[in-house]
Amino acid sequence: MLENIQLLLDNPVALLNLLLDGIMIGAIFALIAYGMALVWGVMNIINLSQGEFVIFGGFIGYYTSTDWTLAIGPSASPWVSLEWGGISPLWALVIAPLILYGIGRAFYALVIFRLVDRDLFTSILATFGISIFLQQLMNGVFTAEDVIAQHGMGSWVLVDGTTGELVIEQVRVIALVFAVIVGAVLTFYLRQTRGGQAIRAVAQDARAARIMGINADQVYARTYALNAAICGAAGVLISMTLVIHAFSGLIYTVRAFMIVVIAGLGNVAGVIAAGLGLGAAEKVADIVIGTSYQTAFITGLLLVVLLWRSLRLGRQRKVLR
Amino acid sequence: MSSGFATSRFSRGLILTCVVLAILAAVAPVALPTLVKQMTVFWVMVIIAYTWDTMGGQLGYNSFGNVVFFGAGMYASAVLQIAPFTDMAAYTAAGEQGGALVLTNAQYFAGLLPGLLVAAGVGFLLALILGFAILRLRGHYFAIGTLAAGIFVAQIVANWEYLGAGSGLTMPGFPGKGAAGDQAKSTFFYYLCFGLAGVTFLFLQWLYSTRFGLAANAIRDDEDKAEAMGLPTGRYKIIAWAISGFFLGICGALYGNFVIHVDPEDVAFDGAGLGVWMVLMVVLGGKGSLWGPLIGAVLFHVTKELLWTYLLGLQYVVLGLLVIVIVVFFPEGIVGWLRQRFPNRFGERVEAGEVR
Repeated sequence: MLENIQLLLDNPVALLNLLLDGIMIGAIFALIAYGMALVWGVMNIINLSQGEFVIFGGFIGYYTSTDWTLAIGPSASPWVSLEWGGISPLWALVIAPLILYGIGRAFYALVIFRLVDRDLFTSILATFGISIFLQQLMNGVFTAEDVIAQHGMGSWVLVDGTTGELVIEQVRVIALVFAVIVGAVLTFYLRQTRGGQAIRAVAQDARAARIMGINADQVYARTYALNAAICGAAGVLISMTLVIHAFSGLIYTVRAFMIVVIAGLGNVAGVIAAGLGLGAAEKVADIVIGTSYQTAFITGLLLVVLLWRSLRLGRQRKVLR
Repeated sequence: MSSGFATSRFSRGLILTCVVLAILAAVAPVALPTLVKQMTVFWVMVIIAYTWDTMGGQLGYNSFGNVVFFGAGMYASAVLQIAPFTDMAAYTAAGEQGGALVLTNAQYFAGLLPGLLVAAGVGFLLALILGFAILRLRGHYFAIGTLAAGIFVAQIVANWEYLGAGSGLTMPGFPGKGAAGDQAKSTFFYYLCFGLAGVTFLFLQWLYSTRFGLAANAIRDDEDKAEAMGLPTGRYKIIAWAISGFFLGICGALYGNFVIHVDPEDVAFDGAGLGVWMVLMVVLGGKGSLWGPLIGAVLFHVTKELLWTYLLGLQYVVLGLLVIVIVVFFPEGIVGWLRQRFPNRFGERVEAGEVR
């Protein structure tokens, strides 16, 4: 462990590379957390099926990039097709949010609307049920293998020296840029448009909003579906940069929850900072304590964050709630 | 929710019901020898449900992390039963190819007893330590915090070479060979699990009938008020969790010995499986009630066995659906529903014409 830290300190370029990598991944985490904070803030529901929506989006990314020629013949226009016959998973960034939006709407209409006024434990357990249901369904219907969406993009080698190399994968830059764009569009939507105003009004006081003529159920449905769509996009980005597995959703939920707990509800800047920080911290931890401890690191970090926050509140005789 | 149960001492009806249940349970393995295995698992489920109810039902602290104590007890007894007789590290390194450890009768039982005791101690201590830290959290933070704790411990054990890491370890074989030995093992652990379930049930019912039960329910109803009344809420919560940990530790040790093969993520610290099932059973039966966890365990276990038999491959999908349906439509559970329907039978007096 100590020698790993020493190794990193001896190779500042490698460390920089690691941090940059982590920050670009962290942008995706921030995106997922943004969606979770949206649902939590507006509907008072902690959506534990967040990670499964992400993985679902990831599978859509994966399947767009697989060999379609077997199913529908060679792709007609060469600029969308990849060498192996699939289309670029970047197209899934459009497809996945649309599909997930529909799935979000469906889950809202079937289950979530019954949870809006219920206590948080009910919503936690019910969304955990959705999470189990979805992960098992994906495991059965899609594949139980680790998959990755092939994107055919290269990387930029900035520094190639003895103190480590600085390589930036183009796809990660795209992930970062896309996450930033989605975040910006969402912020604009929530701040400047009528639809966004309605969401914020319902978040502040659902009853008053209803009296003012806002269809709160519609707003809830839209919020939940919007969150699913965000997760879908984030999932596509993850399928291109990391690995997708049917059962790996829960850890994204934990990450998102942790980011929201660190940042607090309604703090967009905090979510971004915490997301980027988490991404970077994970990358460093991967080297220092090893990738086999990755999940332990994330869950352990969540416990530390929760305890740290509750201890700080405890000094003022308050509790985290 | 008022708690008529907690204040009622052992009544005649209760004692009679217990005796009838005990006799039925005692003759069950003789009457249905082919189902002994399933029935053993059933009693394990009952213990798990009742210990979850201590926190979830009586104190209102919904834990997803009780599997920690279950798994810790399992591994603690494994070490106690293996390490004295062979080189533990070499044994776990050999894994399944090495075969199960063969012990003499005397060795097996000489290892089992201290194994169970230490498992209880480990569950108890771990709950004290974990509770000291994590019970500062409330509500959903506690729920997700315990979920994280469960995954955390599972991952640590999955990386622990001495305990066989991710592939787990094999418990020593029960003395006796072939089908007869297997049956003997199942019957042996059936009675142990049944006994433990009985002790757990009686102890917890006694506990709820004391001052402790009142304090626990006060914490559930309004923790701030309970604290303002001068109750040492922190201490009550930690002790309640430690008691769950104590029984869960033994239960885990028994279950580990029963299933023989122990591995961190699917058997010992199965947060997404067992960790949710224990919540589900209690919610299904009725939180904070006398018979709720038992009824929930019966229904859940039967459903689960049927799913595993007839819908293999889809069983977890259906279980996920079940979680959603039960939580959304029956949050009060069966006992809660009965109580609303027939309040008189639960010792609640309803005035004529009162609108409920």
